[in-house]
Amino acid sequence: MVEHTHETMVDREIDRSHMQVSDEVAIQITDMNKWYGSFHVLRDIDLTVNRGERIVICGPSGSGKSTLIRCINALEEHQAGSIEVNGTALTSDLKNVDKVRAEVGMVFQHFNLFPHLTVMDNCTLAPIWVRKTPKKEADETAMHYLEKVKIPEQALKYPGQLSGGQQQRVAIARSLCMRPQIMLFDEPTSALDPEMIKEVLDTMISLAEDGMTMLVVTHEMGFARQVANRVIFMDQGQIVEQNEPEEFFNNPKSDRTKLFLSQILGH
Amino acid sequence: MADTSFVRTEMLPEQSPPLTSVGVLGWLRANLFSNLWNTILTVISLAFIGYLLAGLIPWVFQSVWVADSLNECREVMNATWGDTHGHACWAVIRERWLQLTFGFYPSELYWRPILAFVLLFGALAPVLFPWAPRWLLYVTAAYPFLFPWLMWGGTIWAPLMVAAGLAVGYFAHKFVEPILGGLAGMIIAVLAVIVWWLFLVGPLSGVLASIIPIGLEPVESRNFGGFMLSIMIGVVAIGVSLPIGIVLALGRQSDLLIVKAICVGFIEFIRGVPLITLLFVASTLLNIFMPPGTNFDIILRVMIMVTLFAAAYMAEVIRGGLAALPKGQYEGADSLGLDYWQSQRLIIMPQALKISIPGIVSTFIGIFKDTTLVSIIGLLDPLGLSNAIRADAAWNGIYWELFAFIAFLFFIFCFGMSRYSMYLERRLRTDHR
Repeated sequence: MVEHTHETMVDREIDRSHMQVSDEVAIQITDMNKWYGSFHVLRDIDLTVNRGERIVICGPSGSGKSTLIRCINALEEHQAGSIEVNGTALTSDLKNVDKVRAEVGMVFQHFNLFPHLTVMDNCTLAPIWVRKTPKKEADETAMHYLEKVKIPEQALKYPGQLSGGQQQRVAIARSLCMRPQIMLFDEPTSALDPEMIKEVLDTMISLAEDGMTMLVVTHEMGFARQVANRVIFMDQGQIVEQNEPEEFFNNPKSDRTKLFLSQILGH
Repeated sequence: MADTSFVRTEMLPEQSPPLTSVGVLGWLRANLFSNLWNTILTVISLAFIGYLLAGLIPWVFQSVWVADSLNECREVMNATWGDTHGHACWAVIRERWLQLTFGFYPSELYWRPILAFVLLFGALAPVLFPWAPRWLLYVTAAYPFLFPWLMWGGTIWAPLMVAAGLAVGYFAHKFVEPILGGLAGMIIAVLAVIVWWLFLVGPLSGVLASIIPIGLEPVESRNFGGFMLSIMIGVVAIGVSLPIGIVLALGRQSDLLIVKAICVGFIEFIRGVPLITLLFVASTLLNIFMPPGTNFDIILRVMIMVTLFAAAYMAEVIRGGLAALPKGQYEGADSLGLDYWQSQRLIIMPQALKISIPGIVSTFIGIFKDTTLVSIIGLLDPLGLSNAIRADAAWNGIYWELFAFIAFLFFIFCFGMSRYSMYLERRLRTDHR
């Protein structure tokens, strides 16, 4: 395990002009519970995310933070309570599920790029097949987002030929090509070498600057401080504490939070 | 304490490797004579190979090509090389190679199987090679209908009516789907095709044939034989078992309990039974279940059985490929909003099939060689014909030459498949590290 401080700071000034939280609700989670078999992984989760919010979710491993965001695009099924995304309730109706998934982008710890397709094809696949975008238009969109993540020159390579950081940026571009209204990040930098973390965080910051609604599971506390407008701490399947980053880091209320922060920031 | 601080001030230039580790010399040294023990093994192995070739080469090349019987062969051998059996009598191949190739197919109609064989390559090319011209796909699409017509002959209307069944299914789907929904549309379309094929193709093509009689001279199934028969059964089994195998593999992983049970039951039953048993079922038992008077062609029955047998194995090979795919690939596809069939077709299957290539091709090769089992139920594949040839008094007692020839031809096909699979694996490799 590579030890690093989880404080990778970004050395540029963040442009906050578009980073506004609106009153419109993007995600509404009410009394949501989930079990794996008889194991109660998520307990009474209540969470409202407004459009434009940038939420960082942290917590010890096994606390249910990944499971929570995976429930939001129905990669995991919840058994009780309700989840509404852009007004669409996630039920067993597959039409709703596909609709939500097309509107919600997801970035994984292990990228989950399709190794048999070029970077370009990875990006255009879903727009062409799900959104029925004409190929030419999909290509242009893909190129636009590859430029945004700063790897247009890799468009014709295969994922296996890229570095981890580049692959993760392609994964972000791939999600963006569906023009999602919400982006979920499941430990996007945990599988990366330290020198590649910054390039991925930079990409995520520029997304935040464009006003994207983001839910980020991460241990990058530097990112949380600079970009998030709310930090959520989870433990044992529950939301233990949430606050603005300044308050959260400087003045944590719960003992669990204090312990967690001292462990990950203490070295 | 030693001084541990060190700073490099200039980088080292690149140097060429020592002469003894490159080129022919380096290769010999590394692979054949790397130490005393390996040198001894190399010498012994070379001596053994030399001994084998010393026997084999004269047998193959100092041989008799012109003779009318095995006895005449032996006389020529005795006159030329003295009293030995160390020489092949290829005269039997020279005399019977057409029979080994075509069975008892009428010789004036040989152009039909030859044309079908040539067209087979035309039909396969666009599927197998990306550089093949795309218009060949029309040949591929027409081939399943063209091939039986060329082989068995008869009126052209029969294959055309069978092809029309697909159009019937398409229109049935198109009309029913908006009214009853996707699943019902699918089921009714399939039913429409089956009804069309079973009950309407025969009468319709009969009527059309009596109005516009275009056709080829019919050839009976019992005249089929030789490599032609092996290749026919092999190609059908290989071509059809792959899609059926994919469906079975997906069915076995399905969440739908009944679909899953049917697929598991089918796979386990077919894999648990010897192919010969299935062939016997095809040749004898099946007639009991058929309504009396139905004439269900024996070759077609065998093709179906061999195909189902291959499909069960194929399903398990593909399931292995599916199991090897990381879960992240499914999640990646799901998270983009692709539905089940889209993600299977675009993401999962291309990768699972690629992983399974060695296993799939092994199954193909195995099933192609298993076609020789049909000789047991009286079809005249090359092995069945070799028995028939030995039954002729002139060639009584000749074994090696026939088997060597049959083995040689099978080897060409199987080795070809093997090389193609290696080419395909190389072509599909995308991690150029």
